[in-house]
Amino acid sequence: MSLLRVEHMTHYFGGLRAVNNYNLTVEPGQIRGLIGPNGAGKSTVFNLITGLYKPTEGRILLDGEDIVGRPPYQIAAMGLGRTFQNLQLWRHMTVLEHIKMARYSKITYGLIGAFFGTAQRQREEADIEAKAYSLLELVGIGYLAEQNVTNLPYGALRRVEMARALATEPKILFLDEPTAGMNPEELGQMMEIIRRVHRELNLAIFLIEHRMKFVMELCDIVQTLVFGEVIAEGTPDIIQNDPQVIEAYLGTEVET
Amino acid sequence: MTAISSKLSTGKNDLSLLFKKLWAPFSLTPMLSWLCGALIAVLLEQTVGLYVAWTLGLPKIPVLFGVLIMLETPILFPSAVLYVLIIYILPVALIAWLTTSLANNLAGRLLDLQSWLAVLVHLALFYAVLHLWAEINDYRVLVVRLTLISIILTLSLNVVNGYMGEFSCSHPGFMALGAYGASVFTLALFTDDRTFGAPLLPAQLGVLMFPLSLIFGGVLAALGALIIAIPSFRTRGDYLAIISLAFMFIVKSLIENLDFVGGPRGLGGQPDWANLPTVFAWTAICIWITNNFVRSTLGKALNAVRDDETAADAMTVNTRQTKMVAFLFAAFWAGVAGGLFAHVLRYVNPGSFGLQKLAEILAMLYFGGLNSVVGSIVGAVSFNLVSEALRPLEIMKWIIIPVIFILVMIFRPTGLIAFTEFNVVNWIRPKNRIAE
Repeated sequence: MSLLRVEHMTHYFGGLRAVNNYNLTVEPGQIRGLIGPNGAGKSTVFNLITGLYKPTEGRILLDGEDIVGRPPYQIAAMGLGRTFQNLQLWRHMTVLEHIKMARYSKITYGLIGAFFGTAQRQREEADIEAKAYSLLELVGIGYLAEQNVTNLPYGALRRVEMARALATEPKILFLDEPTAGMNPEELGQMMEIIRRVHRELNLAIFLIEHRMKFVMELCDIVQTLVFGEVIAEGTPDIIQNDPQVIEAYLGTEVET
Repeated sequence: MTAISSKLSTGKNDLSLLFKKLWAPFSLTPMLSWLCGALIAVLLEQTVGLYVAWTLGLPKIPVLFGVLIMLETPILFPSAVLYVLIIYILPVALIAWLTTSLANNLAGRLLDLQSWLAVLVHLALFYAVLHLWAEINDYRVLVVRLTLISIILTLSLNVVNGYMGEFSCSHPGFMALGAYGASVFTLALFTDDRTFGAPLLPAQLGVLMFPLSLIFGGVLAALGALIIAIPSFRTRGDYLAIISLAFMFIVKSLIENLDFVGGPRGLGGQPDWANLPTVFAWTAICIWITNNFVRSTLGKALNAVRDDETAADAMTVNTRQTKMVAFLFAAFWAGVAGGLFAHVLRYVNPGSFGLQKLAEILAMLYFGGLNSVVGSIVGAVSFNLVSEALRPLEIMKWIIIPVIFILVMIFRPTGLIAFTEFNVVNWIRPKNRIAE
């Protein structure tokens, strides 16, 4: 059974058809990419699957369970973690608190524990903290744990988002332009982190990216989205040489 | 121009240098020493305060650190200052300085033994100081009790307006529900009064059941909050502010039109059960529970919802439930504060839960600082003390207090102490040990 299966998903914003008849299957451990020009609807696809929007038509199955219409926090707790295109961090919280927060659904001490500081709560909070530190080490920013996120450089913030998404214990990780605004050095590091995460946690990954080099090196299968429709799907080699894809990105040659 | 400004800046430096010099002997003084000093000072006031006051030409012991006397009869200004110096400042400083090393040792041992025990010892000592200080006259007891109630109110509103970042205006409404709920509970069950007739249960039981009546008031307020929370937390934005404001007015006119609780005439004759220890205990419990809550990951979810709700949602936080819990929690404590308020004044009328009250609570909250337990305490205490101290100025008081607020908003837009965590153990730790 596929980990994630999207069938015939269509979405309208008012009269505008943003996504049309979109299909996707992700197998465990696979890395899939979604590329396309600006405004093609890539982020909309993400937001539809993660539950931020409800698709007009279609089915989304996560681990065989239909998740259409469920609130985002439930979908996330079922094992679908995500990062955001423009960093969405909580500006009054430290890095460590970010990672701990993402374990919200795993907390069992309840309001009694929160109000009265029971022994169970102390135990669980200590537990969460230990896990958070190990995740921060995994993405290489353990030394920043006590810092407030507003004091950190851009590259580190991307890693915070990554660690935060991992803390929800996802089976599949959605990365929305994980390298946006990064310099070549940070890009290399990010690629290394994604590889490491994929290897060590055995995650499936679904990512939106603009940089071809990045996509071609990482992904097993790539989809190209143009005006809400998938025009090509296949291995990076096939996609790179697909005339339709080249046309979508570069336009057609003018006959002279 | 530059000469003046440089002179000003050196003047400022001199002042801070002076403070540093004065503070130097106390840099290692733990909270325990200060409390011991304060205890000696209030004992001193109890025994010789009156004679000191007479010697200095004051008619009686100055009730609020001499501020009232200074404003009423400015000629006694030096005497009032001298009194404060002799009775409070010098003994406190002396004792604190003398006991520093001993207290550090003791505090360290207590903390190593059991941290909750250390906290309780400090709290008990603090209560003793407060009790002895207030005992001098009834006015002080009243001011202290009302101040403690203000702390509960401010802190609970901080959970919604500060930690959660919504804007709620219905605290007077919740307070009214709590005040009337608790009053009806005690009046109908335990007292013989003309509204509800003979008591249903023996009055001796009432004192023991007083916590129950407060909780009853709190739960009533929380139920009221549920009515607001269900429609207004579906979406984000200004809905809560408007709906909660409407709720406040609805509660007020509802009570005005309910004849069995006295309508606009109000409801009186509550037994005097909200004495200083009771109010103090409830305030301490409120601070303890709220501080526990906002420091847990479940409570931090409020900050996540405030700073970025979409991200919170994507990180498995049940945002709607989080908001509901916080709002009901705040309403519960406002209700408890209302119940205490009713039993302190022993009379309530709907007029006291209107816009004026709302303005006061909001002022205390924003003055003290959002997202901070200490901020709320500081805000409530300073607002109450300032507004009591400026009482002799009569109408001028309502010009000076807003000016103070405007100045605070200009120089510290988030309030005096905003966005801090309240770690009790850090406050009472021996100062020869580094902070956690």
